[in-house]
Amino acid sequence: MMTDLDQLEAQSIFVLREAYHRLRPLGLLWSLGKDSNVLLWLARKAFLGRVPLAVYHVDTGKKFPEMYAFRDRYAAEWGLDLRIGACPPVEDIDPTLPPAARSAARKTAGLASVIERDRLAGVVAGIRRDEQATRAKERVFSPRGASHRWDVRNQPPEFWDQFATPVEAGAHVRVHPLLAWRELDVWRYIEREGIPVVDLYFARDGRRYRSLGDQDITAPVPSGARTIPEILAELRGTREAERAGRAMDNETEDAFERLRVAGYL
Amino acid sequence: MSATLRVVPAQPANDTVATENELATRIVIVGHVDHGKSTLIGRLLHDTGNLPEGRMDAALASSERRGLKVEWSFLLDSLQAERDQGVTIDSTRLPFVLDGRPFVIVDAPGHRQFLRNMVTGAAGAAAAVLVVDVAEGAQEQTRRHAVLLRLIGVRHVVVLLNKADLLDFDADRVASATRAITALLEQLELSSAAVIPASARHGDNVAARSARTGWYRGPTLTEALSVVPPLASRAERPLRLPVQDVYRFDSKRIVVGRIESGRVAVGDTLVIGREGAVAKVATLEGWLGSGTEAEAGQSVALTLAPDVVVERGDLLHGSAYPPSRTARLRARLFWLRQEPLRPGESFRLRLSTAEYAVTVAAITSVVSMDDLTDQPADHVPPEGFADVVLAASESIPFDPFEPGSLGGRGVLVDGHGRIVGGAPLIGPAPLATGGRSVFPVDSAVSAWERAQAKRHRSGVFWMTGLPGSGKSTLARAAETLLFRRGIDVSVLDGDTLRARLSSDLGFSPEDRRENIRRAAVVARLLADSGQVVLVALISPRAEDRAMARQAVAEGFREVYVDADRAVCKARDPKGLYAAARAGRLSGFTGVDGPYEPPQAPDLVISTATATVGNSAERLAAFVTEAVALPGLSPRVGAD
Repeated sequence: MMTDLDQLEAQSIFVLREAYHRLRPLGLLWSLGKDSNVLLWLARKAFLGRVPLAVYHVDTGKKFPEMYAFRDRYAAEWGLDLRIGACPPVEDIDPTLPPAARSAARKTAGLASVIERDRLAGVVAGIRRDEQATRAKERVFSPRGASHRWDVRNQPPEFWDQFATPVEAGAHVRVHPLLAWRELDVWRYIEREGIPVVDLYFARDGRRYRSLGDQDITAPVPSGARTIPEILAELRGTREAERAGRAMDNETEDAFERLRVAGYL
Repeated sequence: MSATLRVVPAQPANDTVATENELATRIVIVGHVDHGKSTLIGRLLHDTGNLPEGRMDAALASSERRGLKVEWSFLLDSLQAERDQGVTIDSTRLPFVLDGRPFVIVDAPGHRQFLRNMVTGAAGAAAAVLVVDVAEGAQEQTRRHAVLLRLIGVRHVVVLLNKADLLDFDADRVASATRAITALLEQLELSSAAVIPASARHGDNVAARSARTGWYRGPTLTEALSVVPPLASRAERPLRLPVQDVYRFDSKRIVVGRIESGRVAVGDTLVIGREGAVAKVATLEGWLGSGTEAEAGQSVALTLAPDVVVERGDLLHGSAYPPSRTARLRARLFWLRQEPLRPGESFRLRLSTAEYAVTVAAITSVVSMDDLTDQPADHVPPEGFADVVLAASESIPFDPFEPGSLGGRGVLVDGHGRIVGGAPLIGPAPLATGGRSVFPVDSAVSAWERAQAKRHRSGVFWMTGLPGSGKSTLARAAETLLFRRGIDVSVLDGDTLRARLSSDLGFSPEDRRENIRRAAVVARLLADSGQVVLVALISPRAEDRAMARQAVAEGFREVYVDADRAVCKARDPKGLYAAARAGRLSGFTGVDGPYEPPQAPDLVISTATATVGNSAERLAAFVTEAVALPGLSPRVGAD
């Protein structure tokens, strides 16, 4: 009998294999956070221990030192074809965005230049529906035109495990194998499989990071959870939103929607 | 919290911690725009304690910013545009826990142009809640959504008669709304698990039983949801494993895919794809180890012995229950493109991991959105529902679509990689020969012998002309005259053919052509048996008549029954010109459908001025002369 985690795993593997068949070249975005670590783990399951696609870290240069150390260790240990993409300075970004969103939008620009440089047909990313309300409206295969914009008003139909695979020049598809996972599922899976994560997720001095982004726009939340079982216990008891510590989500009503429409993850 | 939240009922105790390891049951909320879907979901999440912290406050702040009272829908409508316009643009999915049982609630938009978003949310749901404004009753989108539920295989439907507070929970009006919606669902072979009088805005019969519906004995919404059966396991069905890809790692050929139904174990014998090769499962492969068997739902990797060539799209199955195969498929289409579909268009048919080139060979019928009846049509309108025939150039293995199975879930994709329709495959199309070979055997009785016995030759007289020109009337009158002269004669007329032989065809150019082909084939059979056949068919296109001439071969003569449009319209014996002008018929020959008069007919009979008797006499004389045998006169039938 399959459990809910077995089911989520099987579906994500199916999506990864589908993307690998239909979208070449295919890249996988590794933000170094828990979700993209799960994504890499699932890719190794899908491809029998290998990761046969390039793994991209779009680097804002403002991550925590623990994250860079984690990246370099596991890129070597897991034999990843790791490629680093740089982000433009904040001065180059739309000044009408609120400050944190403007800072986060650097990543959008960095991602765009990576996609163009390597002419990627598909980009696998570890976003989930339950993280943020506009992400709840995403597709598993989310086609982007040459401008990379998310046309939320005109999303393709997606049913019976058939995904849109547009063929226009300059277009690519964002692939979201974890869309149906919830935060609790991710941690349960990390526990079940023994997937390594950055230590910042575990409490130090009464605070821990529940979601990891740039140092200057991510805040830790009060927590005493120092192990995965303690994190699970904490999540089972909370109704606090996961991304409460992410400044750009909460600056104005539509700040995150604007980021996403412009191509943010 | 704001004062506008006074109406919150006592919150029933609800265990919102999901039982872990249990699969979430997906419930889709559908219904006409403004009948209150988003409000219902907001209310449901709130009243059962399923809202994330801060979500209610954010919705209240959003409502106040727009000068509104508490807008429950703002809990769901997360996009700026949705809140500003007060509509849901795209479906969203919300986890929801009821007494420890995990659910996912899918909010499907009600606007017509957002049908594709509803399909996206609703496919795979275990049950649907159909929200109907109790005063307004079923509207176009209610019907559209109900049809779609049937086509995608959602069979457990809970009806929520919303806004019953506006009718003061009047038992009689609720009863009549209940009868109306139940009848609508029955027409679609759907039944309702419950019909609940409710007020989403005030919470009556949502999570708490209303004090204002003392006469109501059925369940509340949460009670109805708690008894929705989970989707049944597919492990006990026959094995279907569509090949997703083939990897070559370490010189091994590894076949990967997800098991749609059944089980597979090392040592099992599998039949492979289109070629029907047979091999055994040698190993199951996995990164961190794998067992020796797997079941429906699992994504697996396996090797085969012998190491036969397998490719993506091949369907692996056991030998006991093979899939059906045909090159002509009947599909119940839901059409998602914004432009109409016409016969002759070509697509890729995706079926699990397989892809086939198909052409829409015919549109059998289209569902009328006024009364949900099947109507003949020459096109499928944007976001319409239709029975169509898909023709492929190869035989396609498939299982017919049925709820609870993953078989027959066809999807049409256009040349740009866009999904343009869902095509649940019902079975082989009526014309299918199923790939069987046919072996016609010639008769030992020669045409000459038959002619000698009947004392006249056979022949096919193909009467073409505008609707109302008098073809059928003339054919029947001439039939009587010829029969009395001892000629073995019969009539094939358009309406008779369509009532029987061609009852499965519509009026698209393709279907008309098919109708003409059938008439020509039957006429030839009759002529081969020695008869004289009068065919009365509009057959508007010269090309189609040429095809008929070719099919009949010997003894074909074209008769043009000529009357100008004005005369035909004035006669209009079947009221069809009037219907066409009123827009109720499209592609009607002589109004908005073309008619190409014959360039060199064997006979022209102008019926505009002549009497039926005179015209029939002319036709009978022409036929008699054409089939006469030198030296013999026909034997008079009455002798």
